[in-house]
Amino acid sequence: MSATDISTLKGVFATRVLGSVEFRGEHTITVELSALREVLEYCKNSLGYDFLLDISSLDHFGDHPRFEMVYELATVDDSKHLRVKAAVGEEQSVASVVDLWLAADWHEREVYDMMGITIDGHPNMKRILMWEGYPFFPLRKDFPLAGRPSDMPDVAFSGVAPLEGGPFVTSCGTDDVVKREPRAQDQH
Amino acid sequence: METTDLLETHAAYDSKIEGNIIFTRVDAAMNWMRKNSLWPMPMGLACCAIELMATASSRFDISRFGMEVMRFSPRQSDVMIVAGTVTYKMALAVKRVWDQMPEPKWCIAMGACASSGGMYRSYAVLQGIDKLIPVDVYISGCPPRPEALIEGLMKLQRKIEGTHAMQEQKKEFFEDMA
Repeated sequence: MSATDISTLKGVFATRVLGSVEFRGEHTITVELSALREVLEYCKNSLGYDFLLDISSLDHFGDHPRFEMVYELATVDDSKHLRVKAAVGEEQSVASVVDLWLAADWHEREVYDMMGITIDGHPNMKRILMWEGYPFFPLRKDFPLAGRPSDMPDVAFSGVAPLEGGPFVTSCGTDDVVKREPRAQDQH
Repeated sequence: METTDLLETHAAYDSKIEGNIIFTRVDAAMNWMRKNSLWPMPMGLACCAIELMATASSRFDISRFGMEVMRFSPRQSDVMIVAGTVTYKMALAVKRVWDQMPEPKWCIAMGACASSGGMYRSYAVLQGIDKLIPVDVYISGCPPRPEALIEGLMKLQRKIEGTHAMQEQKKEFFEDMA
């Protein structure tokens, strides 16, 4: 089970495991960036996590290190799940796990595209959602939802979306849902 | 008014008197031909494309209007129906396709996203295809029902009825004659 896996990992990697959390059956382990690749290899080869569900990244703007990588691992028969997290600084790069799980290919490209975290050893490291040459990383905390203007002639351009205090431009009226949308049975 | 002028001259037809000959203006005849065989170029980008397909199928038949010919080649179509969210990444491709359509051409912005960016006020979505190409009819809805799309197409037909086709196409000819 995942709980025993966490103990195993702590035994094998000792001080390079920075902590673990268990919340309502979900097990998370936080490791040092330098150990991340080895931990993931160990999870796949020795602990049997052969299904990569997701790779995601977080931007803790203002904290050092700024970013965090999150790997959701599982087994194909869904018997156990594990979350592996590692903090990444702005100048640091993460080793690719494409050779372990092929699913990592597009997930890592999305992490690079949206957050700007460099990933080493990826066979096709280019932007996946935005276009090649787009100058910003949209999901960082210091990038506004409305976007910033950019122009690459013949490729694409981007503008600023009108938000007017948004992101939801239509105003809701009152704050209280009950007053805003009264039910028929409440009418006298 | 010029619009009703064209309609009335076209309507003057009595088969007992004229037989198989209709007297009309060139403008009225050309507009009638154009509006009754508008071949759409479906720029189906997102969910509105499903409603566009539904409009083309048997329940909400646009074949009644002569528009079932969805030519996916811009060279062979008259009206581009932009159905769906236009992202900045796709925007220049839409413009390129629009530029390849020969005159006379019209554009319909179907749905909220094509009209104004819809609910996607973000860094990746073009806030309305009218920022790139001239739109003739905007259809609101998310997605608009097939009946709404048909009403939009009928509005476009009314717009075509009122155009001075001959004068717009043969501008130099008329200027020489004058």
